[in-house]
Amino acid sequence: MPQKANRRGGPKKDGLFTAVPFLLPSLLGLLVFSLLPLLVSALISFTDWNGLDQLLAPGFLQEHFIGLENYKNILLGAELWKVLGNTGAYIIMYIPLMLAASLLEAYLLSSTRRGVSAFRVVYYLPVLTSWVAASLIWTSVLSPQYGAMNNLLALFGIQGPGWLLDEKWAMAAIVLVSVWKDAGFFGLILLSGMVGINKSYYEAASLDGAGAWKKFWRITVPLMSPAIFYVLIVALINAFQLFPQVMIMTDGGPNGATQVMVERIYRYGFRYFRMGYAAAFSWILFVIIMACTAIQMKAQKRWVNYDA
Amino acid sequence: MTLKKRLGTTGYYVVSTVIAVVSMFPFLWMISTSLKSQGAIMSIPIQWIPQEPSGDAYVEVFTKFNFLRTVGNSLFISVSYTVITLLSSAMAAFAFAKVRFRGNDLLLKLYLATMMIPTQVTMIPLFVIMNKLGLINSFGSVILPSIFKPFAVFMLVQQMRAIPEDYLEAARIDGAGIFQVFRKIALPMCVPTLSTLAVTTFMESWNDYLWPLLMLTQREQMTLPIALATLQGTYNPQYNVLMAGSLVSMVPIIIIYIMAQRNFKNGMMAGGIKG
Repeated sequence: MPQKANRRGGPKKDGLFTAVPFLLPSLLGLLVFSLLPLLVSALISFTDWNGLDQLLAPGFLQEHFIGLENYKNILLGAELWKVLGNTGAYIIMYIPLMLAASLLEAYLLSSTRRGVSAFRVVYYLPVLTSWVAASLIWTSVLSPQYGAMNNLLALFGIQGPGWLLDEKWAMAAIVLVSVWKDAGFFGLILLSGMVGINKSYYEAASLDGAGAWKKFWRITVPLMSPAIFYVLIVALINAFQLFPQVMIMTDGGPNGATQVMVERIYRYGFRYFRMGYAAAFSWILFVIIMACTAIQMKAQKRWVNYDA
Repeated sequence: MTLKKRLGTTGYYVVSTVIAVVSMFPFLWMISTSLKSQGAIMSIPIQWIPQEPSGDAYVEVFTKFNFLRTVGNSLFISVSYTVITLLSSAMAAFAFAKVRFRGNDLLLKLYLATMMIPTQVTMIPLFVIMNKLGLINSFGSVILPSIFKPFAVFMLVQQMRAIPEDYLEAARIDGAGIFQVFRKIALPMCVPTLSTLAVTTFMESWNDYLWPLLMLTQREQMTLPIALATLQGTYNPQYNVLMAGSLVSMVPIIIIYIMAQRNFKNGMMAGGIKG
């Protein structure tokens, strides 16, 4: 029997005929919900389609095809750079804060002390909350005059800012909400990297007289670098796709201070019905995300340790 | 040494509690605000604990729209979404992991590559496609995309590859058809990954905002997040009503989470980080 030879491939070499019924549903989904829309989206981005005329009706291209006009307008206009600046400000604040918070949570949850499971539930509550509810709750907390935050700060004699109403503070407020909501989720992922570390490393380090702080930086962090890398990739992609919290808390304001990519795509596409322009915007977002992921993949060789 | 250890334990509980308070504080504020009357939310100095607790906000939430119906919509959509995702992904994963066919690796790579496409890129054409299919303002528009979830396929391929070939061969020698092998052997052996995916997929669908916002515009069809967002007026937000709505919207998912927690925790650990 030649079965030993194709073990890796499966029980029997029945091939395509067997695979097709199993693949059919997802394959259909791949075509209809992923590949076809991808192609159509590229096409729309070369048109000035307004969402009303029949897409791809006879004569559609003659009437609406405008080549690279959308891309030229976006790349040469000031808006994209402003939006990217806003996103950059978000990322610079969000990534370090989120990483610090989720590492701390993972470290605390990796303990075997009593009460850990209660802390686990509490830390996870913000993750369970929908973005809409979280945004509404924080809008109330950050309300300048009647909100909890500024009244709490006032107890310590600090005059809090206008938060969502203040151009300088609105993005910081969005970061605050996002860290609060995401730390529990990323913390759990980091925790699964942390508990996999062999205890004998810590015992050896203890014998050599290393303290908790040193053990954390010299053993825990390097050995869980794959989990940290995963978190960074996902967090960065999410950061570029920042949307519901902006939509509900500031609607892009005040004075455009929290306008970000997805918010622009949504507004151009479904408020102004400039579908072509919105599609071009989405492709620029796509390219940026791919570039950032590629850079991180390259850079990981320098610091991610898979030998553990 | 013992003193140091005791200090460590004290420090541990202090830091853990501080973080727990930060996590919980907005929720406590939500509960407090939801129990205030319209006048009390704008009193100076503010009332940390409502002086005259009132259920007005809850009455308003439940009269403003049919909350039970909305919860029902969300449940129906999320359960269907999750079941379809798990079934379709498990089938595909079985083909990729256990059936030998030409182009196997290439097709799997194509599946995985689509994970990089941001949903915003396909959003506009998908809107057109749903329109063409006559699915706008029907649950189908929100449920159907669950048929293709490459991340779930990826997780399940990992797990299915770990199933020893001998199990499958033994079943086939006993006369089981390929569908029986899938249903009776492959699926049960994937339960840890399936239960993790069930919880994460359910939560993703339950909390989704942008796509249902575009697809479901009729009041009777709205999901919880969409309905909740409509409570937000443009001027003078009624924070007591918004907070009551938020609280009510959180109750079902918390109940579901607590019920699923044991499976979720174990599955999360078993799944680990491989990508």
